Amino acid sequence: MTRAQVVDAYFMEHRARLLDVAAFLDRIDRAGHGVDDFRMSAYRSAMTVLVDGQPQRARRILELLSDPSTTPIASAHTKGATGAHDPSGKTH
Amino acid sequence: MYIDPHVHMVSRSTDDYVHMARAGCVAITEPAFWAGYDRSSPQGFFDYFRQLTDSEPRRAAQYGIRHHTWLCINPKESEDPIFAREVIALIPEFLKKQNVLGIGEIGLNKNSRNEMEILEAHLQLASDHNLLVLVHTPHLEDKLKGTLLILDAIRRFPKLDPGRVLIDHVEEHTAKHVLDRGFWCGMTLYPDTKCTPQRAVDIIETYGSERIWMNSAGDWGHSDPIAVPKAQMEMRRRGHLESLVRQVTFTNPERFLSQSGRFSAEPLRPTAPDITR
Ligand SMILES: [Zn+2]
Repeated sequence: MTRAQVVDAYFMEHRARLLDVAAFLDRIDRAGHGVDDFRMSAYRSAMTVLVDGQPQRARRILELLSDPSTTPIASAHTKGATGAHDPSGKTH
Repeated sequence: MYIDPHVHMVSRSTDDYVHMARAGCVAITEPAFWAGYDRSSPQGFFDYFRQLTDSEPRRAAQYGIRHHTWLCINPKESEDPIFAREVIALIPEFLKKQNVLGIGEIGLNKNSRNEMEILEAHLQLASDHNLLVLVHTPHLEDKLKGTLLILDAIRRFPKLDPGRVLIDHVEEHTAKHVLDRGFWCGMTLYPDTKCTPQRAVDIIETYGSERIWMNSAGDWGHSDPIAVPKAQMEMRRRGHLESLVRQVTFTNPERFLSQSGRFSAEPLRPTAPDITR
C-alpha cells in the first residue's frame, strides 16, 4: 500500500481510537484530583513515544511497559498481570 | 481454508465449531491450559487429558474439523512443584494417543523460580521423547523478560532443535528475539491483551513470513474463535497475495506441525453425533 492508501484505509478507525484515548484521560480528570498509579505513569510516558518522530513505536511502547529485570522472582503471589511494570514490586 | 493452531475448544460451544467450520477451519490444535481455576488434584488433569485425547476430537469431527492436542501442566499451576511433577508423571501414558503432537503449552507466567523448574522438567520430557514443543509466553509486562528466560532455558537442552519449538503469543517486542534464535513464532489474536489482526499483519510485514503463524487462542475469556479468518481478511484488504495469506494461515502451521508425524489437515467428512454417549 502507498502512504496515501494506508491513510485512506485506516484514518477513520484511528481517529476514533485517538478520541477514545482523549476521552479516557478526561474521564480520569473528572473523577477528581489525585496521583497517577504506576500504570498511568507508564501510560503517560508511552504517549510521548507516539510523538517523538522515531520508528518502531509499538515495539518501544511495549518495552517501556515491560519488567526490565532479568532473573526469576522468588515466587509468584498472583497469576495475573497489570499491563505495566510496577517499580515497587508490590503487584508480583 | 485455514488451520487454527492454538484454540481451547473445551471452553467453547458447538456454535463456535459451526462458525469456525463455515469460515474454512479444517484443523485445530489444542494445548493443555489453565481452566480458570486450580485443579484440586492430579486426577483432575488425568480427566482433562482424557477429554483432550478422546471426547474433544470426536466433538470436532462432527463439524469436519481435525482435532490435535498438546499435553502439560500449564505455568499458572506450576507454583507447587511437587503437585506439578505428579501431573507430569501422567503424561507419558497419553503420548501414545494419536492426536497428541507434543508438549504444550508450557512456559512461564510470573517468571518465578518454581515455574522455571517445571518448565525445565517439561523440556526434559520433550527432549527424552523427541517431541515438538509449544511454548506460552507470559502476559503484558511479564512477556519480554519471560520470553528471554524461556529462550535461554531451551538452549540448556541441546537435543531440542529450535525448528521443532514454537514460541507463542509474540508481539512487536519479542518476535525478533524468537526468530533470530531459529525458533518458530505464533501470534495470538486477542481483542484486548495480545495482537489485533492489524498488528499481526504489521509484524509479518516487518519480520517476514518464514516461521510464523497466527492463532485465536480462543478460550473461556474474552476471545474470538474466528480471529484467524479475520486476519486473512486484513491481509487481503492490504493487497497481500493469496499465496502469502495461505502460507501464514495454512502452509506454515502444516509444515511445523507435520514434524510430529501425526498432524493432518486433509478434508474430513463431518461424522454423525455419537448418540450412545
Ligand atoms: Zn492457550
